[in-house]
Amino acid sequence: MTKIAFPHMGDYYIPANYLLSHIFPNTKVIKAPKITSKTIELGTKNSPEFICTPFKYTLGTMIESINKGADTLIQMGGGCRYGYYAELQEKILKDLGYNCKVINLVTEGTTNFKRINNLLKKIDPKFSKIKAIYHGFITFKMVKYMDQIDNYIRENIGFEIEKGSFENLKEAMLIAFSRVKSYRKLKKTYQRYMHKFKNIKVHKPDNRIRIGIIGELYTIMEPFSNYFLEKQLAQHHIEIKRFTNVHYLLFEKAHKYKKYQQYAKEYFKYNMGADASDNIARAKYLCEKDYDGIIHIKSSFCTPEIGAMPIISNIVSTYQKPVLFFSFDSATSETGIKTRLEAFYDMLEMRKEK
Amino acid sequence: MKNCYLGVDIGSISTKGVIIDEDNNVITSSYIWTEGNPVHAVKKLLNILKEKLPNNYQLKGIGTTGSARKLIGLMLKANIVKNEITAHAIGTLNFYPNIRTILEIGGQDSKIILIKNGIITNYAMNTLCAAGTGSFLSSQAKRLGVKVEEFGDYALKSKNPVKIAARCTVFAESDLVHKAGVGYLKEDIIAGLCKSVVLNYLNNIGKGKKIIGPIIFQGGVSKNKGVVKYFKEVLKEDIIVDPNGHLMGAIGIAILAKRNKTGHNYSLEINNLKFVTKAFECNKCPNVCEILKIYRNDELVDSWGSKCGKY
Repeated sequence: MTKIAFPHMGDYYIPANYLLSHIFPNTKVIKAPKITSKTIELGTKNSPEFICTPFKYTLGTMIESINKGADTLIQMGGGCRYGYYAELQEKILKDLGYNCKVINLVTEGTTNFKRINNLLKKIDPKFSKIKAIYHGFITFKMVKYMDQIDNYIRENIGFEIEKGSFENLKEAMLIAFSRVKSYRKLKKTYQRYMHKFKNIKVHKPDNRIRIGIIGELYTIMEPFSNYFLEKQLAQHHIEIKRFTNVHYLLFEKAHKYKKYQQYAKEYFKYNMGADASDNIARAKYLCEKDYDGIIHIKSSFCTPEIGAMPIISNIVSTYQKPVLFFSFDSATSETGIKTRLEAFYDMLEMRKEK
Repeated sequence: MKNCYLGVDIGSISTKGVIIDEDNNVITSSYIWTEGNPVHAVKKLLNILKEKLPNNYQLKGIGTTGSARKLIGLMLKANIVKNEITAHAIGTLNFYPNIRTILEIGGQDSKIILIKNGIITNYAMNTLCAAGTGSFLSSQAKRLGVKVEEFGDYALKSKNPVKIAARCTVFAESDLVHKAGVGYLKEDIIAGLCKSVVLNYLNNIGKGKKIIGPIIFQGGVSKNKGVVKYFKEVLKEDIIVDPNGHLMGAIGIAILAKRNKTGHNYSLEINNLKFVTKAFECNKCPNVCEILKIYRNDELVDSWGSKCGKY
């Protein structure tokens, strides 16, 4: 029996688990253990030194899931070095003596159904296409609902009156989502939890600090890799706006690119790869909407974002807004991050008072 | 009885303490080496300050900043614990309300703070690497057999500073060995080092920032006349170096302690205090966090380092 596994990213293991276990009822889906310091240690040890950090994280989870018994690993690809992850990781895993195959479902950020069909046949030749489309639809809806709830949480968690109420409810929500079996159940779960979240009492002052977080996609979406940045911000009572989530990457990115290009045409002309051009447009948007500050995060050695950084500092100096750049690596000191974040928060508060 | 406030800045190399009065005037100050033991250094510092402080003052607030701020804050029961960037800006603004740019190079970190109308508008701090900071200069001084305090005087003597590849401290050292082997004069090499600190700083931290005067230069490295000279040369602006520049962080945090006063009285007496930290590795999950438990008079006051929230 084939045993499939996939790398972790945030809470998206729930929809991924749903999709794979429903399309391939005859296979076993192995959930990798949660990302810990050991994961990144494993990944760093076996990766090229100057590769971007998400490579190290995903390789780490792959090794951990192989140790749990997986033999087929799912990986995606994007419009930067991300596009080579699957091939390189397969080679590294083979060199390490693991007998496994890595399947790259998305290349260059596009989804070609014929190609995916062929790839899925490799896992299970007898999989039903109709079922795959049906469950694919539910998965996409699940992603959408989860992202919507997350957006609501991000805007309000800093202002909760009873400490921990959002986090506790979110844990319950994740369990409920992982038990979903049909579309009707999914929609009901979503509505129930959205209602519950909206009923949590919050105290939002009018002069609250609002921050936009932009940057490289994996580091933004996997809280462990950004040292729980959003959690730390919420403790300072800050409203957070984040654009990147899986729903955006899968459905909005392709047609939003043109809008972004038109919107920020004075700053870039050609696509800069991955999310770099999107982030430039978002930086402009955040400045124009009068957000108090921007935090740009990326993994070290992320080339597209390195290209975007000077343009972003140019934008913020035009609009007189502060920006904080973070580069996360497997060897980043946590104290350093805390000091810079604290100073950033103090600065925003001082600006607000004047 | 007059009120006074204590500010302690515990840096990687040195520990600074000041006591200010209600009008932000420095009553007394002290500057000693941390020597890798902040708890011990602070005890020593407080003893010195206690002797210097006139009898008619009552301590009304304590603030801590610098890399060991959290630990010392717990030890002294400080009413405010703040990062060094904010503290430096507040302290400097007290003496120079019109300042626009603060350049700061310390033992292990370097930062730039941009100010407009008395508010911080932007700042940057070195990440990943400590090339071009105080430790870089002191390690090169050791190699050249010159005291780091005399570096500035040597640098001023030079007429042709040597170019040194100072991107990385270790490679700078090999370049320096090479230059010395070829026969360059000692003062030219030292001047080259000072210049490389300036260029490295401006290329790294100052990148993309508009540096507008008045500019003030602070931190331990500001005592080095050579570095000051090259900052003036490269920026083509006058650089202010305050004789109290090394105390700005401590003054800033003392001012913040004053602003956040609680009304309680504080004491400089900590000689009898038993302050112990115990570290261990938690093996309950694969994170293997290093947990630090802090005991004050044998009573557990805090524990840090847990990722999952168990401790």
